[in-house]
Amino acid sequence: MSDTPATSLAERLAARFGDTLTISTQRNEITAELAAADLIAVATALRDEPGFRFSELIDLCGVDYLGYGQTEWETNTAGGDGFSRGVEGQAMGRFDWAGRPRGNDEPRRFASVVHLLSIEHNRRLRLRVFCADDSMPVVPSLTLVWPGVNWFEREAFDLYGIIFDGHPDLRRILTDYGFVGHPFRKDFPLIGNVEVRYDPEQKRVIYEPVSIEPRVLVPRTIRNDADLMQAKAEAADDWQRN
Amino acid sequence: MQEIRNYTMNFGPQHPAAHGVLRLIMEMDGETIIRADPHVGLLHRGTEKLAESKPFNQSIGYMDRLDYVSMMCNEHAYVKAIENLLGIEAPERAQYIRTMFDEITRILNHLMWIGSNALDLGAMAVFLYAFREREELMDVYEAVSGARMHATYYRPGGVYRDLPAQMSQYRESPWHKGNDLKRINSWREGSMLDYLEAFTADFPSKVDEYEDLLTNNRIWKQRTVGIGVISPELAQQWGMTGVMLRGSGVEWDLRKKQPYAKYAEMDFDIPVGVGGDCYDRYLCRVEEMRQSNRIIQQCVKWLKANPGPVMVENFKVAPPSRVEMKEDMEAMIHHFKLFTEGYCVPAGETYAAVEAPKGEFGCYLVSDGANKPFRVHLRAPGFAHLSSMDTIVRGHMLADVVAMIGTYDLVFGEVDR
Repeated sequence: MSDTPATSLAERLAARFGDTLTISTQRNEITAELAAADLIAVATALRDEPGFRFSELIDLCGVDYLGYGQTEWETNTAGGDGFSRGVEGQAMGRFDWAGRPRGNDEPRRFASVVHLLSIEHNRRLRLRVFCADDSMPVVPSLTLVWPGVNWFEREAFDLYGIIFDGHPDLRRILTDYGFVGHPFRKDFPLIGNVEVRYDPEQKRVIYEPVSIEPRVLVPRTIRNDADLMQAKAEAADDWQRN
Repeated sequence: MQEIRNYTMNFGPQHPAAHGVLRLIMEMDGETIIRADPHVGLLHRGTEKLAESKPFNQSIGYMDRLDYVSMMCNEHAYVKAIENLLGIEAPERAQYIRTMFDEITRILNHLMWIGSNALDLGAMAVFLYAFREREELMDVYEAVSGARMHATYYRPGGVYRDLPAQMSQYRESPWHKGNDLKRINSWREGSMLDYLEAFTADFPSKVDEYEDLLTNNRIWKQRTVGIGVISPELAQQWGMTGVMLRGSGVEWDLRKKQPYAKYAEMDFDIPVGVGGDCYDRYLCRVEEMRQSNRIIQQCVKWLKANPGPVMVENFKVAPPSRVEMKEDMEAMIHHFKLFTEGYCVPAGETYAAVEAPKGEFGCYLVSDGANKPFRVHLRAPGFAHLSSMDTIVRGHMLADVVAMIGTYDLVFGEVDR
């Protein structure tokens, strides 16, 4: 990205914050995972200390890790009744509001992911905070550190139900007035819950349960097999010229 | 003396100066704003959730529809995020094509902005002039992708197809005939690159025309100079990027600071404002149009001299050619797998950002190794900018709110996603 390699920032972070941060580097992108309790102190230090100076908070978003790494289509093994057809699963396209999966409070489900930018040093940093309790996800609000995070936190609250402790005005932002549920959660149906239309008889706008059927056109599948590895090896070999 | 009370005013969501579907609740003291509370989300379509439910390539078209006046820049961020995770890189020619189209898009966006902002502040003519050039550039979009706006042209690994060798021409009709027809077809004799060459030679004089209309216009200056002043510190606190940040004097442009595609090879300047008011941001955007024009010229020159592939030859990610597909069994299998199942992206997460015309447009992509993204988050510049509305417009007059909405360059497709 610029003159010094990204590892030096990772090293400086490790030296400054020690065990508070769990740092990993992927493709020159640094991710630091930390506990919710440390967030404000770390964020303030990252903003103010001359070695970091992350003056801008670029982005904050919620992530719901429910179902991470789950596949709907077993492509490697066959069971007693043949190969998997890829027609069953828990993906959010497969159920409606009544049939939505419940009781999914698996540990480390909700996280709030923050992207920081240091204009002075031309550096980016990603922070991830997992919520301690997934039935009531709470993380501290960063609004006093970067006021611009206000709407991003409202968005994460609206879409994921993550509560930002200390936020001055934690209202819904993107969904409709009076919306029920947090639509980007993995156990919220893709087709939604209600649909809205104008009813000429009642002469007003009414809400009704959705009339479309949930369906999935392409099953979710994870292939760890040769596909991409082979493609990469081929590219490295420059196989066409050989 | 008569007692005067504050009152609350509802601005939008169907107000022509609201640039789409902004609903603004304002507490007023006479003509002065005490508090402004923007209500957004009226155009929320759940793009990110939709993207999680389908294979990677099927969401490229949704990106066009986010910020629907800077279509290809949005695609660029999404495609770049996928390429990061896949560990592939587009061929050089594709990179040049992307650079060129990013800049065409920037001009398209700034033309739309200058037209609508001037219209908001009472100058009708600029809008009509701006659309004249927009039309010419949308023809380029059409020539290359078949669509005038929502191109879906970029793909992970390159671009959908090479530039057309022949620019389409107008046919004779009751509206276009005789010398008029000859004139509008005169640029269109050759290839698309010839057309762009003619356009870029002509465009600076068109920018002069807009400047004639506005830069020294007394009314324009009265409406913009000293309005919506944003200090560099305030801009950074509120996560502003792009012209909103540069207008305040911070020299920050991803094309220079974290170059992607072929920007490192381009010769161009970054205009920076001094006062951080609406007028400075206007000047920045006008200058950006001229600089984009320069970049397009450099790309056209390179593209004319260097034919080559525009897509990686990695058939796990990019489809083989139609001809091959009909003759070669393996190519057909590749084609079938790509268009039914898609490709699996290695597990990991990445954040890819581009300098979109409105600011930093970013795509945060989490993959768990599947053929669909696990989480896509789109960082829209307009969302961050609009959130600062209350802080900026407090104490301004009602009419200045319109100037401010204009200078934010808001498009609700990206704010609401």
